[in-house]
Amino acid sequence: MKRIAAALATGVATLALSSTAALADETLDAVTERGELVCGVSTGLPGFSNPDDSGNWTGIDVDVCRAVAAAVLGDADAVKFVPLTAKERFTALQSGEIDVLSRNTTWTLTRDTSLGLNFTGTNYYDGQGFLVKKDLGVTSATELDGASVCIQSGTTTELNLADYFRFQGMEYSPVVFDTSDQTVQGFASGRCDVLTSDQSQLYALRTKLDNPDSAVVLPEVISKEPLGPVVRQGDDQWFNIVKWTLFAQINAEELGITSENLDEMMESDNPSIKRLVGTEGDMGEKLGLSSDWAAKIVAQVGNYGEMFERNVGMDTPLQIERGLNALWTNGGIQYAPPIR
Amino acid sequence: MAHSDPPSSDTGFRPIPPQPPPVTVVGPVRWVRDNLLSSPLNIALTALGLYLLWLVVPPLIDWGILTADFVGSSRDDCTSGGACWVFIATRLDFFVYGFYPDAERWRVDVMFAMLAGFLVPQFLPGVSARVRKWLGIFGLTVYPVISGVLLLGGVFGLEAVETGKWGGLMLTLVLSYVGIVAALPIGILLALGRRSHMPIIRTICVLFIELWRGVPLISVLFMASVMLPLFLPEGVNFDKLLRALIGIVMFQSAYMAEVIRGGLQGLPKGQYEAASALGLGYWRATGLIILPQALKMVIPGIVNTFIALFKDTTLVLIIGLFDILGTVQASIVDPAWGRVAIEGYIFAAFCFWVFCFGMSRYSQGLEKKLHTGH
Repeated sequence: MKRIAAALATGVATLALSSTAALADETLDAVTERGELVCGVSTGLPGFSNPDDSGNWTGIDVDVCRAVAAAVLGDADAVKFVPLTAKERFTALQSGEIDVLSRNTTWTLTRDTSLGLNFTGTNYYDGQGFLVKKDLGVTSATELDGASVCIQSGTTTELNLADYFRFQGMEYSPVVFDTSDQTVQGFASGRCDVLTSDQSQLYALRTKLDNPDSAVVLPEVISKEPLGPVVRQGDDQWFNIVKWTLFAQINAEELGITSENLDEMMESDNPSIKRLVGTEGDMGEKLGLSSDWAAKIVAQVGNYGEMFERNVGMDTPLQIERGLNALWTNGGIQYAPPIR
Repeated sequence: MAHSDPPSSDTGFRPIPPQPPPVTVVGPVRWVRDNLLSSPLNIALTALGLYLLWLVVPPLIDWGILTADFVGSSRDDCTSGGACWVFIATRLDFFVYGFYPDAERWRVDVMFAMLAGFLVPQFLPGVSARVRKWLGIFGLTVYPVISGVLLLGGVFGLEAVETGKWGGLMLTLVLSYVGIVAALPIGILLALGRRSHMPIIRTICVLFIELWRGVPLISVLFMASVMLPLFLPEGVNFDKLLRALIGIVMFQSAYMAEVIRGGLQGLPKGQYEAASALGLGYWRATGLIILPQALKMVIPGIVNTFIALFKDTTLVLIIGLFDILGTVQASIVDPAWGRVAIEGYIFAAFCFWVFCFGMSRYSQGLEKKLHTGH
């Protein structure tokens, strides 16, 4: 027994990863020293974080990680992705296993206050919606009285749905499934008239129909699901870096800076642009980064709009419109404080 | 002429050449009559069975082979309405290697090749017992070390590949192989310990076994991945895969111990006494007389545990490790592909079946070989 215990202990010692040294206030130093950002993502959510055909992580949550890595390390590819289940995600961040959690996590008061974590912003405004077959002729969720609704069990969507229908004084019969795949199968085979889930996921589920154009997503959103990156409390510098990475991308879109025209923009006379790309002022230094931090983000990951269109936009199979996620100047609510 | 004339055809005796038995009492016809059409009820059941087969098999073949798409590179190549095997073909690398870097995948291939190198001869009739034995010893001792070095890298000029990048079939094999190789010896020791006369050792072994058998594997994995990091000092982390591995090994060795204890108890008391009478000490008696017989008796139970272990490795899904089922599940949600869930799950099921069936056949062969007829 002793020998086995000794062998096991040696195994532990040799296999164990070096400590991530993720103490408070030191995340930036730890990441720089490691030369790699450790980022928690989901285990596969279309458009947000999903491995592509060759096993590379893609998605809007993945791009948040890549943007932070570009800002901090100058290399968007210097990211180690840790796929996390919904239950593990907060522990992984609390215990220092990951530096940033970017895993379609809804920002709520309870989470913000009780977990020792901070939400740094909203990279995607989501909300629960309805998918209906076109031939049903329904154009609004208020016409859904008496409908049978396909839901995935054990999710907050179930509760939101009950609240909504009760509040509207409508009847419905739930048809509950275990996985998203079964849910869409049930919808396709006509077990229910309506499928409900977070809107972003409705678009992904719609692609799994034999004829995706035969179903539409209704305009009503019955819950607020602002999704954003999360960091540990107590490291304000790191909190600022992750927060301003997203703000930089939104500001870049607002100022018209894209990964393609970045070189011209570096020559621009517009003081706002100059401050963002780092040709004027010491914005990067204030964050503890180099002055061209935002330029690197835009060059390697793109501005917010590019990131959105590449992962979930109209040219992708998801075909999600900007909607709430459009800039405040275009009728949406994506708004970033100025870089000044 | 010395010989008499052959008897003429119409007068002498000539045996009639034996007739073949009537077609209804031998061969396939007999078998069909006996097994399928022996009573009206059986006739009805046979008809029903054939009808069900007719309902299921032709559409399945049609979907899976005849109208399926095999070549292509994207959803657009899956137009014929059947199975979209293009999806499996495109994602095959991901299913096999997970996130392992492209340039380093030869190392995984070497691991697979070595595995096949010492496993396949165990099934071939022409290989001598000596060769098999040495290959087996290689597989249990040297192979895990070589594979570990190969896969992890970081020495001998091999680039280090962190375990977070492991995935797919390769991860499934690593988990189950380490589980099998480690659980058997630990299980043997625990079983012996539980039957020991030394109270402290016995108590420890009983506690260990009952503790691990008393909790579901899913909660062990969950504790290892969610609770353990909270107890460790901040900044100290150890590898998620290693945590899962230790959990699986502990869990399965407890089960293994109970299987082996069954064998130890099934052995007649005379064997123990005879060993003592020969003047053998505890370890020699155990190693030379008790264990060989006890283990032989419980081969089906041991292999059963191995197969269960192999399938249990999919539970690492819940702690965010991508075993082969994990890679399949992460892939079928990809909006770039249509409804490919069925194809994905069939592929995963096929992979599991191949390995589990292989293990089962091997154990049957082993039982036959070791059967000494007492």
